[in-house]
Amino acid sequence: MSSIATLKDPSQERQKQMIAGHFTRLAKAKESGRKVVSTFVPGNLTELLLSFDLLPILPEINALQSGMRQRSAEFIQKAEKIGHSEDVCAYVKCDLGMLESGNVGPTGEVLPRPDLLLLSYTGCFTFLKWFELLKESTDAPVAMLQVPYQGGGRATPEMRDYVVRQLREVIIPALERVSGKKYDEDRLKELLARSAKAEDDLVWVLESAKHRPSPIDAYFGAVYYVGPIFSAFRGTEDALHYYRELREEVEDRIRRKEGPITPDGPMGEQRFRLVVEGPPNWTSFREMWKMFHSEGAVVVASTYTKVGGVYDDGFRHDPNRPLESLAEYCLGCYTNRNLPTRASMIARYVQDYHADGFLVHSVKSCDSFSAGQLLILRDVEAKTGKPGGFFESDLVDPRYFSAANIKNRVESYLQMIEQRRSKVVAS
Amino acid sequence: MRCAVGIDLGSTTTKSVVLGEDGRILGRGITNSRSNYDVACAVARREAFDDVRRTLCAGALARTELPAADRPAFLERLRRGFQLSQYLVQLGALREFASAELPAVEALFAGSRLGPALSRILDALEAGAPALFAPDAPRRSDFFRDTAASEYHKLAQSIASPQQPFEALLGVFDKAILKVENRDIDIPFAEGAGRAIDRAILQSCLPTRTMAESIRAVLTEVYEHPLEVVASVGTGYGRARLPFPKEQIRSEILCHGLGAHAMFPGTATVLDIGGQDTKAIQVDGDGIVTSFQMNDRCAAGCGRYLGYIADEMDLGLHELSPLAEKSTRPVRITSTCTVFAGAEIRDRLTLGQRREDVLAGLHRAVILRAMALLARSGGVRNELTFTGGVAKNSTAERVLRQLISENYGDITMNVSPDSIYTGALGAALFASRMALAREEAAA
Amino acid sequence: MTATNPGTELQALVSRAEDLAHDVTLRAVREWKAAEPSRKAIGYMPVYVPREIIHAAGMLPVGVFGAGESVEIVKGDAFFQSYICHIPRSVLDLALRGALDCLDGMLFPSTCDVIRNLSGMWQMLFPQKYVHYIDLPQDPSPGLGGAFFAREMRQIADDLGRMGGTPVTDGRLRASIAAYNENRRLVEELYQLRRSQFWLAPASEVYVLLRAGNVLPVEEHTKLLAEYLTLARQSGRHPVDMARVAIRGCFCEQPPVDLIRTLERAGCTIVDDDWLIHSRWPRGSVDAQGDPFEALSSAFLYRSPSCPSLYRAHERKGASLVADAREARAEGVIFASASFCDPALLDQPMTMAAVKQAEIPCTAFLYAENTGQFQPIREQAGTFADAIKLS
Repeated sequence: MSSIATLKDPSQERQKQMIAGHFTRLAKAKESGRKVVSTFVPGNLTELLLSFDLLPILPEINALQSGMRQRSAEFIQKAEKIGHSEDVCAYVKCDLGMLESGNVGPTGEVLPRPDLLLLSYTGCFTFLKWFELLKESTDAPVAMLQVPYQGGGRATPEMRDYVVRQLREVIIPALERVSGKKYDEDRLKELLARSAKAEDDLVWVLESAKHRPSPIDAYFGAVYYVGPIFSAFRGTEDALHYYRELREEVEDRIRRKEGPITPDGPMGEQRFRLVVEGPPNWTSFREMWKMFHSEGAVVVASTYTKVGGVYDDGFRHDPNRPLESLAEYCLGCYTNRNLPTRASMIARYVQDYHADGFLVHSVKSCDSFSAGQLLILRDVEAKTGKPGGFFESDLVDPRYFSAANIKNRVESYLQMIEQRRSKVVAS
Repeated sequence: MRCAVGIDLGSTTTKSVVLGEDGRILGRGITNSRSNYDVACAVARREAFDDVRRTLCAGALARTELPAADRPAFLERLRRGFQLSQYLVQLGALREFASAELPAVEALFAGSRLGPALSRILDALEAGAPALFAPDAPRRSDFFRDTAASEYHKLAQSIASPQQPFEALLGVFDKAILKVENRDIDIPFAEGAGRAIDRAILQSCLPTRTMAESIRAVLTEVYEHPLEVVASVGTGYGRARLPFPKEQIRSEILCHGLGAHAMFPGTATVLDIGGQDTKAIQVDGDGIVTSFQMNDRCAAGCGRYLGYIADEMDLGLHELSPLAEKSTRPVRITSTCTVFAGAEIRDRLTLGQRREDVLAGLHRAVILRAMALLARSGGVRNELTFTGGVAKNSTAERVLRQLISENYGDITMNVSPDSIYTGALGAALFASRMALAREEAAA
Repeated sequence: MTATNPGTELQALVSRAEDLAHDVTLRAVREWKAAEPSRKAIGYMPVYVPREIIHAAGMLPVGVFGAGESVEIVKGDAFFQSYICHIPRSVLDLALRGALDCLDGMLFPSTCDVIRNLSGMWQMLFPQKYVHYIDLPQDPSPGLGGAFFAREMRQIADDLGRMGGTPVTDGRLRASIAAYNENRRLVEELYQLRRSQFWLAPASEVYVLLRAGNVLPVEEHTKLLAEYLTLARQSGRHPVDMARVAIRGCFCEQPPVDLIRTLERAGCTIVDDDWLIHSRWPRGSVDAQGDPFEALSSAFLYRSPSCPSLYRAHERKGASLVADAREARAEGVIFASASFCDPALLDQPMTMAAVKQAEIPCTAFLYAENTGQFQPIREQAGTFADAIKLS
């Protein structure tokens, strides 16, 4: 999910190459005659796209990459100049601004215009507007996949059927049109089988944070880990190798009782185990990570690593039920779950991962995540008896990132845990 | 004597509290925070230690023949005498820096010659100083800048002329005062405390020379008594810039919690509205923080907001509340955005709304934001302690009491006149504990 | 009935509507329920819910559209960050202070992420109440999106029946559809009147009249509309010279009534708008003969007004706004959006481009339901009106 090259693990190197390779394929798509489909991360249909030999392009990833490359401020301003409000989602503005500025991707190559906008409308209304805006500027056709929200706290069979029927009757025909190929279910099954294997390894890695010390950071570190599975690689051989290698590295760290490797080197003593809710800030990603690891705080579970899809309750893509399992994946992504479910998930993480507390990182851009987080905070505190902390910034709009402010809050929060702990020890 | 020191480096003021071995508060010091945090920290600390000496003087006086009834007046004379000494030393520094600034300012105001006027002003300031700190004079601000500025302005206005423009004279002052503030002036005993003791003795018309001598001896001993700092802890908005190692830094959240608990042991909830931020803190029976919330990214609804309002209305900060209290029909203000505050106020005044009604509405808006933070942090539990600069504003206090009672019922609300020292007190208590733990470890 | 001066009667009617429009603590609903102890009321939020179903279950549909500027927010702010719009704060504040206790349930339509998440917050804060999130269909085909929506509505009908409402039979639902058809017909007549003789029915009156429908039984509201239409036509009000404007904002969070008055005072007469958009949703009448669920569903698919919360594959962005503006002979378009409203604000550049392309003058501003300051808006609207009249 990132181009930051400071991490030293071999899996990191492989991931970097995979992503660079993907962007090169995208840049050469027109000459190589491959078609490109824009779509979103939550509940994405990567295997289906790959089964048609289509190349996915994910504007959210482009936006976060722009944030990490310190280009987002300029892109956002560009979008605001052409009439977008300061109030709205910065991912959208960052993407539109990039498009306006020549659509140069993170590897310096020009990204192609999409041949289709696959509007997998899952857990975020802004997606709808985003692709309407892209449709206006690219003239690409849109295929809409409505994924019902789990308003009542569960995905019903009717919801699944609705999604499957749309896949059959709307999405697959659209993909056939754009790719010029027939739907090949056997090929899809092969991809899904590989997905399930890679998913097993990813889940193993995420759950390794139950060890003490935790061999991974399940937020700042794990956004790299979920990169391939949530973007263009699920179902590929590359992804299979990447997760196998990652798992071996983590196994090795567990054996050596080592913590995660941070951009500033191996993490030292782990004094705080935390759960984090909410997406990260990308413009000051390393700075924020440092605020945590330099204080000995390691994240043992996060909701953001479930943003593409949730594997907690045993879900895996299933070659025997190809479209059904794709539909279940879409329905189950984190932000498509209602607030009581989200609060319960976080509470369970706090308990299962033996966390000292949990933090809510609230981003201005994303109402889907943020609206209601203050109630989640209160609810999880009540459910777990562990202290919750709250801090705010944005995804990619640096105007909303105040380092001093966040550092103050994080430090205050960690000192509070420390103080409470020393009181327990004293008594 | 062994003491523990706490320093709270805030966005507007820097405070220091010194505790004795028994945990009693021996002294407090305050100064305005400036661009140079090291100096602010040193000044607040020194002020606190001056205060410690005065506290010790009070104890020492009890061992002299001075009748108990005369002691408070004597101590007040001592305090003012000491302030006078400090004031004179700082005036000297102001003179020195101002002369250095002269050429640069004169260059900006073509044809001006400021030297003579400046000398006249500073001479007059010096001559007028004893009256400012005379026993019957009204109490002054604790800050040299405030006292000197108001006197300087008055004089500069009266002698301004085309060759000596008022703006130019003010320019000299503004540049020089920054430099004065950016150094800590430690006054030797003979020049400062010694002279103050002499003055107080003189002003008190003591009946016998022996009594005078014994008082002088006892007080001199107090000033010569060594004070050993066993531990220091820093906190506050600018704590990261304090010249302290990391283990001696505590967040202001923890310090406010503990400080409020020390002031009012029944405290369960703390509301602190400071210059830059608002904090709602829940503490347990020992003053340990269990949860907290702070205002979001923007400083809307904090002390600074009231500051902008005061500027916009051309009022002093202390004039806001008395005016707001005159309101009969408070205006509903919906935004506490500092950026738009000025425009909103001008609009409302243009529409014919009365200043006092607008002000009353603004105070209410500030407290409503605080109410939201309190609710976020887990609500208000009995007792609530209200701290920070805004706690000194009686309208804010009244509105808060009313809203607390409407929303949370019968809650005891504590406001200490010393609430500005809450964070520094908490820090000093942490320092005390740290020293104790160290001793235990050594033993 | 004694003959009275139509002017006085009109004034009395408008003032009654105004009281009802500002009845955010639902006094009228309490009274309605008190008349018969078994009665139940179901709240709904903007932008659209099929009220017919609640009505068919014998319950009172109650529009919960925020508290405007009438309520000082004390508790609601505790739940929302500063960058979230205002309506969920005031709605939650009202609920937390018990003003919505008379509602036995709440329906949250799929308007945006904030309202969607509010449905979950409601489940957490008021576990004893019925809560349902309604996913409005985004797929345009009857067999897919239409069938999905019909099933969604059947689900709600079943739920309400189980809650102690009257079982929603096809017959009852057809009758409810007819009742709402009549209501929508009069609303449309009102809009026609504004188009042809705007001085007879000022926007600020029409607004409170429609908003009154949020707390009244539909039959009573229909009667109120009919009376108003009669009285307004007889009012003898004189034409005035004003700029004709259409206003757009995807009104979920409602503008304060004073904002509408401000626009009128600034010289703009509003001949078309999309606030209280649910009262004209769907456009025209719903088939009251066949399968009523299918009828509601198909009316939704084919005759929903344009709204940023809905995806419309085959509609050119802004085309319906341009058509509406032309039909209403609007000389300008005002985009008035609620601050921090993602759907409306992201939509705006596209619709605005269409309006500009059609060479219709336009202007834009932001508001919040509790905006208390109209001076800048008055100046902006005044300048806009002058510019239109001069051109």
